[in-house]
Amino acid sequence: MQKELTQTPLLKIWVPWMGSNLNRRRGSSVPQFTNAPTMIVMVGLPARGKTYISKKLARYLNWIGVPTKVFNVGQYRREAVQTYKNFEFFRVDNEEGMAIRKACAAAALKDLAAYFTQEQGQVAVFDATNTTEERRALILCFAKERGYKVFFVESMCNDPDIIAENIQQVKLGSPDYADRDTEEAMQDFIQRIGCYEATYVPIDDKTDRRLSYIKIFNVGSRYLVNRVQGHIQSRIVYYLMNIHVTPRSIYLTRHGESELNLLGRIGGDSGLSPRGQRYAQALAGFIEGQNISDLKVWTSHMKRTIQTAEALGAQYEQWKALNEIDAGVCEELTYEEIQEKFPEEFALRDQDKFRYRYPKGESYEDMVHRLEPVIMELERQENVLVVCHQAVMRCLLAYFLDKSSGDLPYLRCPLHTVLKLTPQAYGCKVEPFFLNIEAVNTHRDRPANVDVSREPADALQTVPDHI
Amino acid sequence: MENKPASNPAKPRELTQNPLKKIWMPYKNGLPEKHTSQRKVCMTNCPTLIVTVGLPARGKTYISKKLTRYLNWIGVPTREFNVGQYRRDYMKIYKSFEFFRPDNEEGLKIRQHCASAALNDVRQYLSDEGGQVAVFDATNTTRERRLTIFQFAKQNGFKVFFVESVCEDPHVIQENIVQVKLGSPDYTNCNTEEAVSDFMKRIQCYENSYQTLDEVLDRDLSYIKIMDVGRRYLVNRVLDHIQSRIVYYLMNIHITPRSIYLCRHGESELNIKGRIGGDSGLSARGKEFAKLLSQFIAAQGISDLKVWTSQMKRTIQTAEALDVPYEQWKVLNEIDAGVCEEMMYEEIQESHPLEFALRDQDKYRYRYPKGESYEDLVQRLEPAIMELERQENVLVICHQAVMRCLLAYFLDKTADELPYLKCPLHTVLKLTPVAYGCKVESICLSAEAVNTHRERPENVKVSRRSKEALLTVPAHQ
Repeated sequence: MQKELTQTPLLKIWVPWMGSNLNRRRGSSVPQFTNAPTMIVMVGLPARGKTYISKKLARYLNWIGVPTKVFNVGQYRREAVQTYKNFEFFRVDNEEGMAIRKACAAAALKDLAAYFTQEQGQVAVFDATNTTEERRALILCFAKERGYKVFFVESMCNDPDIIAENIQQVKLGSPDYADRDTEEAMQDFIQRIGCYEATYVPIDDKTDRRLSYIKIFNVGSRYLVNRVQGHIQSRIVYYLMNIHVTPRSIYLTRHGESELNLLGRIGGDSGLSPRGQRYAQALAGFIEGQNISDLKVWTSHMKRTIQTAEALGAQYEQWKALNEIDAGVCEELTYEEIQEKFPEEFALRDQDKFRYRYPKGESYEDMVHRLEPVIMELERQENVLVVCHQAVMRCLLAYFLDKSSGDLPYLRCPLHTVLKLTPQAYGCKVEPFFLNIEAVNTHRDRPANVDVSREPADALQTVPDHI
Repeated sequence: MENKPASNPAKPRELTQNPLKKIWMPYKNGLPEKHTSQRKVCMTNCPTLIVTVGLPARGKTYISKKLTRYLNWIGVPTREFNVGQYRRDYMKIYKSFEFFRPDNEEGLKIRQHCASAALNDVRQYLSDEGGQVAVFDATNTTRERRLTIFQFAKQNGFKVFFVESVCEDPHVIQENIVQVKLGSPDYTNCNTEEAVSDFMKRIQCYENSYQTLDEVLDRDLSYIKIMDVGRRYLVNRVLDHIQSRIVYYLMNIHITPRSIYLCRHGESELNIKGRIGGDSGLSARGKEFAKLLSQFIAAQGISDLKVWTSQMKRTIQTAEALDVPYEQWKVLNEIDAGVCEEMMYEEIQESHPLEFALRDQDKYRYRYPKGESYEDLVQRLEPAIMELERQENVLVICHQAVMRCLLAYFLDKTADELPYLKCPLHTVLKLTPVAYGCKVESICLSAEAVNTHRERPENVKVSRRSKEALLTVPAHQ
């Protein structure tokens, strides 16, 4: 007997009326391909980019909807020991030091297990040197007992310039060296690396052939990949093979103000208003002033972004994936009209703006998936200017700035403002440039009352002004 | 190439929307200008030459053909050049492995000649015929031969990417020989034992001079070394987007035997009315089909079958009848017909006769106003294809246009053929990889369903009469 289907009001997903497998899932409208939780275990000497990779990978996985958390053993050590004296702590014959480090690793593993069992985590990154077979065997045992998959990521680098740059970028600013001068800190850190070198046993291609791992050589010029198990590991490998550390900047901007923007209408495919056209000109001037070598310019397939790019007088590429969120039946309506025609939809959207899908349209969650290839290509590229749309820009920005799905739909991306993102240390520096051309505000904050039963006035309280 | 914006930005050019693809392009004097590029997959400026490396029976041709099929499907014009084929064309008759002996001077001369002929055709394809990727499928087992190819590529401005397959597992090699060598034209007149014996000696001819890609000596080359049928990969110096995609693809394919079942949802309410798109439920006959599908699947006795649907009601209703867990995937949704959603063809002809004609002129590239094209659909479906490659036994319950795109990938159909592939309701296609291609079994579970297949009419001119436009519309309520 077939069960009747009903469409969930928020996600617009068809589900059988009485409880089903679907309801037990994490309430996501995208397919879940992971079953067993996965531990990603970093391996490598200090200053090989393990933490950089850990944080970046976690950011990516979280953005695509895979709950991920990093467990940095060094952090646990800093909390246990409070004050770092010098590299002697890491000497192999320092019994007290060894005991503390072992305890920290154990504490991190304990929290990791809790993340999986109590917090619905799906991937945990165990960020530590893990340079001995003994330590790795311990981790494998721990994982096996609990049914976790294990994937090792080993970073190998013998280029002294890269290592020095690494130390410069992230170690000197570490809490461990807050009270040291540069020269002292550098010396101490090099000796710290020395403590690990003697006992470092890299993952071995023969004895470890049953393990799943990727070895990254010299920041990505070469990779060795062994026994990829499952979808998420395959995605991780692809991601790791596409990222790079060459300095560059990414410029994000919306199209210039459009005719529909002026009228307070969402979506559509209108052209630029006169002020929008002036912004396009100003953008050209700004970009020229930035003096960027070999800049790639990307737009969506919508008229307003293309018109904006046209003013640059340079080559640009159109990506359909950069199109604005499809508002379905609400396309080209004002918020007032949406409130009038679809008050329940309007309320549901305020209740969960990330997951809410417009009838016959999309959700922010859908957009993240649509934009994933764009992010992947942005990782591959160097200097890029992306001319896009409000919701699109929020999604991209959330990726670079590690914003949660709760924050993402409310990120401020005003018209006529360029955001310059420059990767720095473990994150991203953001510089906003408002190009001084007036435009309407299109940012609608979440109102206080999100109840379906609310008054129109409550619903429309935060709607920005328009014609 | 430097991309510096103009110092004095000229007045922005007027934009016009191309009527077929609905792409905004600048125009001058009423004509579209070529200045922008549409994001297709690969933005390489120089063409790429993929060079296989490996002893015989290591899967080079399997990889070459599969990779070529994938790249063409995602829109990258690709062709493979199999040197063995050139040799067969030249020699006409294959006598024995002796031809391949390293001391057979005449044999060597002929093989060299064939390789050169193939490279010449590569050059023509990439430089003159608009090809973007050429796959040079040969053993290429010596460093000397690879250097020759590398220099050839450099002279012509092609990027080079090596794909080496290394395998020492005798079972795999044996299976390989059985699957593809015994049926080769070289062995049509031999019995199995003879053929296997000769082929093994053929492999031996290459073994002594085989120089595998070396981590040190070849560190400046771009390559992927595939070891033990994908258990292990060594990837060196991936240079650009297309190479990155190739590596990702090669790392996701496998050769474990399995079957992929493709079918559409059961007949829907809108199907009966001859209306396209929408999100209606199953008709009574559609529900019947769902039951029959459930019985069929159970009878197939498939181990660990994954079931995928779209997020549209009709595919989900169909899957529900199977009473097994299934994954809903938005990328499997039917093509978005934009302003034509839920219309009958007759209505489209009445309200949008120009659009209707354009669609018949180029059904693959035609994009519905505020909707999608088949070309868009292929891009959208690429992650589904990638996951299908990773998986083993899968049943995909989808839609007409979607199924056409997936089928075109598995059966290597061109963009022109794709939109006219026959995917009738209530019919399951069972695809089983075999040798270099795919075996298709068509199982019609019930004859009771409307026909939704509209052939290309003879007259596709915008000026045609309604009657001519509607000539091929299938019957409906």
